[in-house]
Amino acid sequence: MKITVIILQAVLLIAASPFISGFIKKLKNHIRMRKGAPLLQPYHNIVKLFGKDETISKDSSYIFRIAPYVLITTAVAAALLSPSFFPSFQISGTGDIFIIIFIFALGRFFTALAGLDTGSTFGGMGSSREMFISALAEPAFLVSVFAASLAAGNTGISSLLPGGVFKISLVCSGLAFYLVLLAETARVPVDNQETHLELTMIHEAMILEYSGKSLALIELAGHIKQLVLLSLLVYIFIPVGSGTGFYIIKIVAVAAVTAIIEVALAKMRLFRVVDYLIFSFVLSLAAVTAFIMGV
Amino acid sequence: MESFIVDWRLSFDALSIFFGFVILLVAIPSWVYSIGYMQGLYSRGRIRFAKILFFFFILSMLLVVFSSNVLFFLIAWELMSLLSYFLVTLDSHEEKASRAGLIYILMTHVGTTFMTAAFLIIYSYSGSFDFIAFKETCLLLPSTIKTVVFLCFVVGFGTKAGLIPFHIWLPYAHPEAPSHISSVMSGAMIKIGVYGFIRFVLFILGVSELWWGNLILVLAIISSVGGILYALMEKDLKKMLAYSSIENIGLIMLGIGGYMVFIKMNQPLLAVFSLAAALYHTVNHAIFKTLLFMCSGAILKTCGTKNMEKLGGLIKLMPVTAFCFLIGALSISAMPPLNGFMSEWLILQTLFSGALAGATFPKMKIFLALLTGLLALTGGLAAACFVKAFGISFLAGTRSKKTETANDSGWTMKAPMIFLTGLIFIFGIFAAPVFKVLIDTVSSVSGLNSGGAAFTFNVMSLAPRNNSTMSLNSLLLFGILVITEVTIFAVVKIITKKRTVTCAHTWACGYYRTTERNQYTSTGFSKPFRVAFSFILMPSRKLEKIRDSHYHVKAFKYEVHTKQFLNEYFYKPVIKRLFRFAEWSRKLQQGSVHIYIGYIFLAIVFLIVFLKRF
Repeated sequence: MKITVIILQAVLLIAASPFISGFIKKLKNHIRMRKGAPLLQPYHNIVKLFGKDETISKDSSYIFRIAPYVLITTAVAAALLSPSFFPSFQISGTGDIFIIIFIFALGRFFTALAGLDTGSTFGGMGSSREMFISALAEPAFLVSVFAASLAAGNTGISSLLPGGVFKISLVCSGLAFYLVLLAETARVPVDNQETHLELTMIHEAMILEYSGKSLALIELAGHIKQLVLLSLLVYIFIPVGSGTGFYIIKIVAVAAVTAIIEVALAKMRLFRVVDYLIFSFVLSLAAVTAFIMGV
Repeated sequence: MESFIVDWRLSFDALSIFFGFVILLVAIPSWVYSIGYMQGLYSRGRIRFAKILFFFFILSMLLVVFSSNVLFFLIAWELMSLLSYFLVTLDSHEEKASRAGLIYILMTHVGTTFMTAAFLIIYSYSGSFDFIAFKETCLLLPSTIKTVVFLCFVVGFGTKAGLIPFHIWLPYAHPEAPSHISSVMSGAMIKIGVYGFIRFVLFILGVSELWWGNLILVLAIISSVGGILYALMEKDLKKMLAYSSIENIGLIMLGIGGYMVFIKMNQPLLAVFSLAAALYHTVNHAIFKTLLFMCSGAILKTCGTKNMEKLGGLIKLMPVTAFCFLIGALSISAMPPLNGFMSEWLILQTLFSGALAGATFPKMKIFLALLTGLLALTGGLAAACFVKAFGISFLAGTRSKKTETANDSGWTMKAPMIFLTGLIFIFGIFAAPVFKVLIDTVSSVSGLNSGGAAFTFNVMSLAPRNNSTMSLNSLLLFGILVITEVTIFAVVKIITKKRTVTCAHTWACGYYRTTERNQYTSTGFSKPFRVAFSFILMPSRKLEKIRDSHYHVKAFKYEVHTKQFLNEYFYKPVIKRLFRFAEWSRKLQQGSVHIYIGYIFLAIVFLIVFLKRF
């Protein structure tokens, strides 16, 4: 029974995840006074890509072929482990919140290798930058979760779920986590999902050589990762209300904020991202300090 | 003088047995590997010589960990250093190797000097060289003496382990040694430094101040971040691995520093947990670092170079080596569910539990949170470093003529590599049983009770904090990943049954096609890191245009160097002063007999005055 609910929950999350991306895109276009693509466009894209033939580079090896599968597996595994629609149903015995961070790292490792595998300069550049940003994002990522776990007294996901009460420490760590979330999901001001301009793309450069079903898998994995991170954010750092209804409302609200940020800000220069991520790290350390002071 | 008689008895306690196990775990596969590796590279006589040296080198390491008397320990230690020196300089026809050997032997003896000093200080109180007598004496030592002894031990064992700032020999010696020796040195010998530290500082001297632990934690985290940063800058495959050993020693010392801090914070349970995590990382690092050195040795043998910029495309030419290197790289970058991930996760849990428990030490909490952040940075940089190492060396097209004819090595080299690859999975998936053994080891040696079956939830699950709701079953995690993978693969296969896959050239922006020269390089890959961390790495570059005429540039020459902060500002000035002093003192040696007789006369006068006065 329990296992069915957990799988159902993960399937729901996977099914809903492209919608969030579509929603952000639609909202951005509304703010820009454009009509924009329909809300369900990400679903159409995935279906379209699954229906297409695939072209791969002659220089590439099996790493290029298995990377999308590894990436989607890590995203789905993270979806299985993280709380979403029915937060009281959890797989027990698979560790804690840190595991989810490490699992995402596994997917990234293979995508970065795939970027290098085709021998294209873009791929290499994308891999290099992606690993650069993720290496710098990691400290803030872990310490913000660390701060929240200190308050909860454990790093286990189920003990983090109640979310505590609004305190300065929680706000600081939540903000730090959100900044990392923007970096990890390739959003403005760190990266831009909408562009394929050679000099600015990071995540897109890495997967430039993909087509057909592989690209579909990578895109789907991106949507899932985004929703998993959003779920963690709203459950751990926004302790308002409980139940599935509140969960959906909170997710949509955070997605709306993300859309506004994407419209309002410009993408940063690569080496400005260092400052951005260090700021996030300092914020998470401040959260720990605030927690110790009891505020 | 009676106590100077060496007691040759061996002692087998849990700690020695553990380290003996690690040494053999590295030595036996390396032995098998060396048979294939040395064939063709060296002459017959040299191979025989190397084999004998290798055997005695392993034996000396085993004697170090099993000795129960300080004199015996020192003799074995010195034997180990000297034998490894000869093994490092096995390629002594190359100038680089002899220079590396020189730096190694010098640094190692600086370390031994400090160690011996510490031993003599304790001996002056105890009057015996027995471990047990030492331990009893150390309880009674005055605290200033204790601090001096502690600092001597840090320098002594830190040098052997390759802890920053005593690491400078390591990136020279490890890459220049033949690959099977690099494996043993990185996999086992630097761990002997760790063993010495655990034995003498933790269990004989005892931890008497909180700042000792803090000092070790600081050195450990500097080693981790610094080691991996320098590794990331390297384009020499073996040098990169040597720097990454510094990083991993940092991680191990993080666990040991944790033990020292927790003892002083009155958290014996946590201390046991922390030290067990350190030991777990010790054995894991032994496995994957040995494996990675073996893979790079296989590349070196078939391609004749260990420069990543000249490799590439090896995954098609050397599939077995490539697969083994990939698994090793994944493990060292702490990817679940492999063994490197398990021990890094445990170290992370140690830091977290420490922050949670130390209610009366608020500053420690912030410190531990900072350490966690830097540990995460280390993890991220390690992933980048090994994406680079694997991506540049094994993927895309080949970058030089010689690489095109590369092929997998013979079975004597492949078999140990496959064996160690298997161990990576086993030590990852069966983390809980392995960790339980380590917990028992630590609690039996330290005398701290871990409360029986603490830290393991059931046979297969780890539970870092007792009575907590969180546990990690690595088999379950592995299972989830595999089942998900298979399901997705099957579903995608069914949906896209009719779709075809065609091969074509990599997209070249509408141009004809890309060549190997368009591929990203190792130096290019690490560029963002070089810029962002320029305050440590101090990069300098040289750009030169070679022109035919004023209008046409025929070729570019681009050089980029990073500097070693410590070399530049500490070791170089010290060595310069030392040489200057030596130069100056040469004036004493004039070669004239008259002046020498004068010296003798002065010495006698001095001695007479000295004896009269005191």
